[in-house]
Amino acid sequence: MAVGRPVEAVAEIPEVAGRRRWLAVVSEFCRKRPLGAVGAAVVLINVVVGLGANVIAPYDPVATDYGAMLAPPSASHWLGTDAFGRDVLSRIIYGSRTAMLVGFACAFLGATVGAVIGVASAYFAGKVDLILQRVMDIFLAFPLIILALAVVSILGTGIGNVIIAIAIPMIPRAALVTRSSALAIREMPYVDAARAAGFRHRRIILRHMLPNVMAPYLIMLTAYLGQAILAEASLTFLGLGVSEPTPAWGLMLRGAAVQFAETAPWMAIFPGLAISLAVFAFNLFGDSLRDALDPRLRAQ
Amino acid sequence: MTRYIVKRLLLMIPTLLSVAVIIFFLMRIVPGDIVELRFAGESAYAQKENLDKERARLGLDKPIWTQFVTWMGGLLRLDFGTSMWTGAPISEEIRLRFALSLQLAIMATIVAILLAIPLGVIAALRQDTWVDYAVRIMSIAGLATPSFWLGIVFILGLLIIFKWLPPMVYTPFWVNPVQNLAQLIWPALAVGYRYSAVATRMTRSAMLEVLREDYIRTARAKGLWEKLILSRHALKNAMLPVLTVIALEFAFLIGGLVVTEQVFNLNGLGLLFVEAIGHRDYTLTQALVMLVAFVFIFVNFLVDLAYAWLDPRIRFR
Amino acid sequence: MTRVRFRTSTLRALIAGVAGVMSMLFTTAGGEAQDKPRYGGELVFVVPTEPASYDAHREGTFALVHPLAPVYSTLLRFDPTDRTGTKVIGDLAESWTVAKDGRTYTFKIRRGVKFHDGSDLTSKDVKASYDKIVNPPADVVSFRKGQYTAVEAIEAPDPSTVIFRLKWPAASMITALASPFNWIYKADILAKDMHWYETHVMGSGPFVFVEHVKGAYWAGKKNPSYWDKGKPYLDSYRALVVKDGNAQVAAVRAERAHIQFRGFTPAERDSIVQALGPKATVQESPWDCVLLVGMNHEKKPWDDKRARKALTLALDRYQGSQALSKIAVVKSVGGVQVPGTPFATPPEELEKLAGYSRDIAKSRAEARRLLKEAGVPDNFSFGLKNRNVPMPYEAVAIWLVDQWRQIGLQARHEFIESTKWEADLREGNYEVAVDTQCSYAVDPDLDLYKFQSMGISGNNYGRYVDKVLDDLYQKQSRALDAEERKKWVRDFERRLVDEEAHYFYTLQWHRIIPHSVKLRGWTVTPSHYLNNQLDTVWLSE
Repeated sequence: MAVGRPVEAVAEIPEVAGRRRWLAVVSEFCRKRPLGAVGAAVVLINVVVGLGANVIAPYDPVATDYGAMLAPPSASHWLGTDAFGRDVLSRIIYGSRTAMLVGFACAFLGATVGAVIGVASAYFAGKVDLILQRVMDIFLAFPLIILALAVVSILGTGIGNVIIAIAIPMIPRAALVTRSSALAIREMPYVDAARAAGFRHRRIILRHMLPNVMAPYLIMLTAYLGQAILAEASLTFLGLGVSEPTPAWGLMLRGAAVQFAETAPWMAIFPGLAISLAVFAFNLFGDSLRDALDPRLRAQ
Repeated sequence: MTRYIVKRLLLMIPTLLSVAVIIFFLMRIVPGDIVELRFAGESAYAQKENLDKERARLGLDKPIWTQFVTWMGGLLRLDFGTSMWTGAPISEEIRLRFALSLQLAIMATIVAILLAIPLGVIAALRQDTWVDYAVRIMSIAGLATPSFWLGIVFILGLLIIFKWLPPMVYTPFWVNPVQNLAQLIWPALAVGYRYSAVATRMTRSAMLEVLREDYIRTARAKGLWEKLILSRHALKNAMLPVLTVIALEFAFLIGGLVVTEQVFNLNGLGLLFVEAIGHRDYTLTQALVMLVAFVFIFVNFLVDLAYAWLDPRIRFR
Repeated sequence: MTRVRFRTSTLRALIAGVAGVMSMLFTTAGGEAQDKPRYGGELVFVVPTEPASYDAHREGTFALVHPLAPVYSTLLRFDPTDRTGTKVIGDLAESWTVAKDGRTYTFKIRRGVKFHDGSDLTSKDVKASYDKIVNPPADVVSFRKGQYTAVEAIEAPDPSTVIFRLKWPAASMITALASPFNWIYKADILAKDMHWYETHVMGSGPFVFVEHVKGAYWAGKKNPSYWDKGKPYLDSYRALVVKDGNAQVAAVRAERAHIQFRGFTPAERDSIVQALGPKATVQESPWDCVLLVGMNHEKKPWDDKRARKALTLALDRYQGSQALSKIAVVKSVGGVQVPGTPFATPPEELEKLAGYSRDIAKSRAEARRLLKEAGVPDNFSFGLKNRNVPMPYEAVAIWLVDQWRQIGLQARHEFIESTKWEADLREGNYEVAVDTQCSYAVDPDLDLYKFQSMGISGNNYGRYVDKVLDDLYQKQSRALDAEERKKWVRDFERRLVDEEAHYFYTLQWHRIIPHSVKLRGWTVTPSHYLNNQLDTVWLSE
């Protein structure tokens, strides 16, 4: 059921020589891929805002103010307040922390576990490969919503469980992609040579195969970041994500936001923009990263 | 080729059986059961006696292994039984919603193809120009917009600007095509746009790959049109990944459009799915999971078949 | 910015307008009745969910009552023009008498009432239906069986007489016999198959059932041989199943439906009124539903009544009412009975109960003192389990968490799927939870049943046993004198929410029904289970 075709030979990524080299790479990336650079900048801003939320946010994101319910944007509340008089800007800023946490954790978990399974599957081949592939097929065939609902129902809601619920369906997809890349490398003479030299499995996998699946791994990672943020918003919209009063973008769009869409549009517009902008930026960056890292991977 | 097809078809069986086993036990690990939801909640006078009676009626008091054997037995005879919630045959519950879900999936796919193929090809032909950027931004925006958000904007837009709402009840296409399309065109557009985003990007990269072929590169001096004509043959092969993406997404659309169905008030499989899980309607959930898994596996099988047909090497792997 | 401001000011004008319309409704309640009903037309309404079966004896949801109540008759019913939803009148019963000892109820059944299959409805059918409700056979579920424990025997000595003999006098018997769920089924059918009505529909009401397309709609048409000559006015009705709240509002706004009988939020009301202008009207009423806070008496520190009492003392109910009524379906501050109804505690007396004082600073100081006494540390953190239904559960929980923060308690709000919430509460797998209760009529028996000791009440999720409370319940339940009953209800209330603080009330729900002005002859009541027979409803030009 392998989707995506075997990848052409991937050359070893050259050893990185020093910081200067990195700067050059970054500046070239910016020049050649302006869209990607814009994306990267927005991602960076999101991360910084998320980390520094407690310093940047003008208000406590959970403090209600019944004297200022549904206040329109003004000098004291730049983006207005919500139905409980909570500052929308502060909630978006803290929401960035939730989104980045969920996004990075899910993407890292999903892509990494997937990559390990994919590489192991490709390296050991034979029966191991067959079994792992069947297991992945089963997971792929399972409707996403069922997996998410099951995880959340069994473990309960909360950020940690939401991360697990979103990351699990990513694993088989990541495994498929890394497996096909790893398969191509496995046929390379140097892997054979290493085996002939009697190196242990772990050493071969870690030293030779892993670096070579880095490119598809990074690409998946960035793609999953955006997906995870969206998935979190959708789960929350269905009432299966994080709970109030935690500041989270998906929560801000739920319930009251839609009811007040006409009379207090700021409640829905700004968190919606925050989600779209973040996901947009991650995708933009991921796309350009893919183009930059490897034109040979375009089969993905 | 026949041998290959038979082999692939046989491989579907263990996968489906595993899905069946997993969903059976998964549903029973999830806390709460159907009786719990039915006899408690906002109304008072819930009594243990009623809960027990109902569990006995639904066979939930039997040992889990007995329940498992009953379910697997029914499955092998393709008999899914009755819904625990409504008591109606599951085939009837699904039939009611399947037509709508299928039609919406087909319409969304058409919208996606109509958007993705031309846009992807143009973007590739004009790589790294503003046209390319515009197409990429548009397609990424599609990926970045939460589907529930887009749906709500559609509905509110129609309501506020035109003071009009799509029909509330599904009418089959052959009964009244106008009524039918008036209801389904909006969700099809919302879903199709989002779905086209992935396909556009695939088309673009497939096209770029083709354009790198030597004979086309040498024709660089020629105009765009000629390039397009030249790449026509190569494109056929390069379109395989695009086809894959479209097919897999199509499989997902059957039963996966939970939020869209909710926002547009469509009586489809996605909402039925979520309700079935919410009610802990074991029999209906299990049947729906089997249906969705089957559609997914079968579409995959068709994709693989297409690959094998185009690339004979795969058959002998 | 200016544009935004302009829009808010128009909104304010609008709210003022709505308030004006409402006050008119309250003062000129009889005005509507002077219009002459018009015949014809199809009423279209929205139902937010669907029931499991068609048998109301075994269901507890309004989703069955709204679409099918027009098809059935009941023995007694609540007066469709009574806003308090407490006045009982006859439906199939032409008249009735109660013996002096309060233990024998004799009903005269209307003659000439026919089922939709053409057969006559007699006392035999009433007896068979009530036997099914009161003493169901082993494999039949009767949802509200517990409400009829006083009934000893039901007799049908002749075709037009039904007698209920009671084991003890029951103050709420008439209310119980007017339950909107107690549809009268045909005895012959029940004799053959007790489960027939779970999947079939056949009654004697003002409308005849046409069809139900699952997930889509229900349809019914006028019953030409309805016993009440001249009714119903409508030719037919159609109930559209619309599950998403925003889609429901959209349906009424776009005039695809005349009404949704359950209730809308204040924001939804405003958007409908704003869009339809004079084509819409609004009816509102306190709603006989409440969100309760349940504390698990088996988990520390909630085994200590001082800790429990602190939680209720922390709530500024009056400010909460003012603020939340703008954004959620809650409004009045009430005790165990809907404010303004016969057994409700008057406001000035209510203020003496814990958490109902106007002096919030004093209450909170008291709460902190009690917490300290009970050994609860500062910044104590506990889980608050809540059902993942946005309105009003989520809104009230946000308010609760914020209120408790002000006495130094950190509640971790957990918004969980309904079924899991149900299971967790029943199994005692929680610390503090948002619990709920709705009744079909404002009645002490119905509203207080839940709070009796675990074992007596099937959904006392606080997991306590309190014999004194049980005794008070029984006393009020058997007190035939209204004044005496009031006293017991008051005592029950004080013990429940103040002295022992077993459970406490947040805010009373508030039912808001914006609907098309074309819909006439329908009156809002405190219960969304009532007033759905549609026999008095008509559509104006």
